[in-house]
Amino acid sequence: MTNRRQQITKSLSYYIPTILIAVSVILAWELLVRAFDVQQFILPRPSNIAAEFLSEVELFLSPNESSILFESTRATLWSAFGGFVIGCGFGILIALITARFTVLSEATMPFAIAANSVPIVAFAPIMNNWFGLTNPLSKMAIVAIIVFFPAMINTVRGLTLVEKHELELMHSYAASPFKILRALRIPNALPYIFSALRVASALAVIGAVVGEFFGGPRATLGVFITQEASSFDFARAWAAIVMASLIGIGFYAVVLLAERLIMPWQRTV
Amino acid sequence: MNASSVIVSEHLDKIYNPNTHERVIALQDINLTINKGEFISLIGPSGCGKSTLLRLIANLIEPTAGMMSVNNKTPHQARLDRDYGMVFQAATLYKWRTVSKNVQLPLEIMGYSGSERKKIAQSMLNMVELSDFGDHYPWQLSGGMQQRVAIARALAFDPSLLLMDEPFGALDEFTRERMNQEILRIWEQTGTTVVFVTHSIAEAVFLSSRVVVMSPRPGRIKSIVDIDLPYPRDFETRQSSEFFSKVADVRVLLRDAHEE
Repeated sequence: MTNRRQQITKSLSYYIPTILIAVSVILAWELLVRAFDVQQFILPRPSNIAAEFLSEVELFLSPNESSILFESTRATLWSAFGGFVIGCGFGILIALITARFTVLSEATMPFAIAANSVPIVAFAPIMNNWFGLTNPLSKMAIVAIIVFFPAMINTVRGLTLVEKHELELMHSYAASPFKILRALRIPNALPYIFSALRVASALAVIGAVVGEFFGGPRATLGVFITQEASSFDFARAWAAIVMASLIGIGFYAVVLLAERLIMPWQRTV
Repeated sequence: MNASSVIVSEHLDKIYNPNTHERVIALQDINLTINKGEFISLIGPSGCGKSTLLRLIANLIEPTAGMMSVNNKTPHQARLDRDYGMVFQAATLYKWRTVSKNVQLPLEIMGYSGSERKKIAQSMLNMVELSDFGDHYPWQLSGGMQQRVAIARALAFDPSLLLMDEPFGALDEFTRERMNQEILRIWEQTGTTVVFVTHSIAEAVFLSSRVVVMSPRPGRIKSIVDIDLPYPRDFETRQSSEFFSKVADVRVLLRDAHEE
C-alpha cells in the first residue's frame, strides 16, 4: 500500500515542474498583455480566450443550442483522424510489400525520402479541387499524403534494419521468409512505426487545419480561424487554436497509450 | 568417414571477397572429423577463422572449395533438417519476447503445438535453473542468465549438435567458470555433440574432449590436442596438475602458431 502511494506521489511530483511552467507562462502572458496594454488583435489575454471558450462550452452543453466551435472541432478531428488512418495504413502496407522485395524497397526509398521533404501542404488547393471544397475527403486526402511518407519510410527501416545475429538465428532454424517477417521483422519494426505515428499525429492536425485554410465548410477549425481573424474576433480565433492543439495532444496521447499496450517489453523510462 | 562421425571436413577453403583487392583467405585446407558425443573446442588468436569454421558447419556461409558434411548430409540439408542449435556470443534473445517465449521461438517456427511448446520451455528452463524467470523480459536478467536462456533455446528442439560461438566471452571470470560447469552437466545429460569456439585456454581444456588449435593468416589447423582428463570434471579438475600441464601444452602451441 505504502509502495503504491509512494509511486503515485512520485509520478505526481514528476509533473509538478511541467505544470508550474505552463501556469507561469499563461500568467506572464496575461500580465504582460495588461501591463503594456497590447491590442487584442495582436495578442488577446488568456482570460478573454478562456471566456470565449467557456461561452462555447455553455452553448455546447445547452440542449437547444449548438456551439460552432465544437462542431468545427468535431469536423476537423474527423478529417485529421480519417487521413491519419488512411495515410498510415497505406504507408505501413506499402512498406510491408516493398520490404519483402529488397530491390523494390531500395528502388522506391529515394523517392519516398525525396517526397517526404516536399512541402506536401502545397497540394491542399489541388486536393480541394479534386474532391470538392466541402467534402471532408479533400482534407483527409491531404492529411493522408502528408503522413504516408514518414509512416512508409520508418516501417521499411524497421523491417530491414534487423540485427545480423537475430537474423542468423532465424536462418539457423531454416525459417521461411514469412515466419521471419512475423517473428522478427515486424516486432523489430514496431518502435520505428510508433515513432512515425507520433510524428504523424502532429502532422495530421496541421494538414487538416491548413487544408481548411484554403476553404471548406463553415464548421471546421481552419475556416473558423480565418473567419474570426478576418472579423477581428481574435479571442475566438485563439479559442479555435487551443482546440486544434487539444486535438493534436489527444492524438499523441492515444498513440503513446497504444505504444505502451502493444509494446509492453519497452522499459518505462 | 564412419557412422559415428558427425562433422567431416576435407580440404575445406573459405576465401572472402575472391577476385578483389580485399581478398582474405579465412580458412585453408581444413581437415577435421568430429565424432558423435564429442566436446570439441576451436581455439586460436583473432583472425584464425574459428568462427568462420563454425559458421560453415552451420551453413550460415558457403565454403569456397573442399568438402564438408554434417550428419552425413550437406550442411545445407542439415540446416533444413534442424540438426543443430546455435548459441552466439551475445545471447541474441528477442527483447519483445518473455524468457519462456524466447525458448519457445524455435518450437514455434518448427510448428510445435502451444501446449507442447510450454511444456518443453518449462523443462528447458528447469535444466538451466531459471524456472522462475519464464515471464521476465530479457532486459530484467543478468548477462549470465541471458546466456543460459540462449542455451535452453538452442537445445529446446533436441538437436543432435550444439554450435557455440564464444558464448561466455562477455561474462566475468566467476560467472564463466560456473557456466562452464553447467554446460558440461547439460552436455553429459543430453549426449549432444558440441562444437565450442573460445579465446580462453583454460575454458577449452576444462570443457573439451579434444582442443583444435588454429593459427591465423591464413586460418589453418595447427594441431589437435586430446584432453584425456576424466569426466565428470569439476573444481578439483581445475586444481589438478594434469589440467595445468594440458593448459601449458595448448599455450605453447598457440604461441608457436602466433609466431609463424
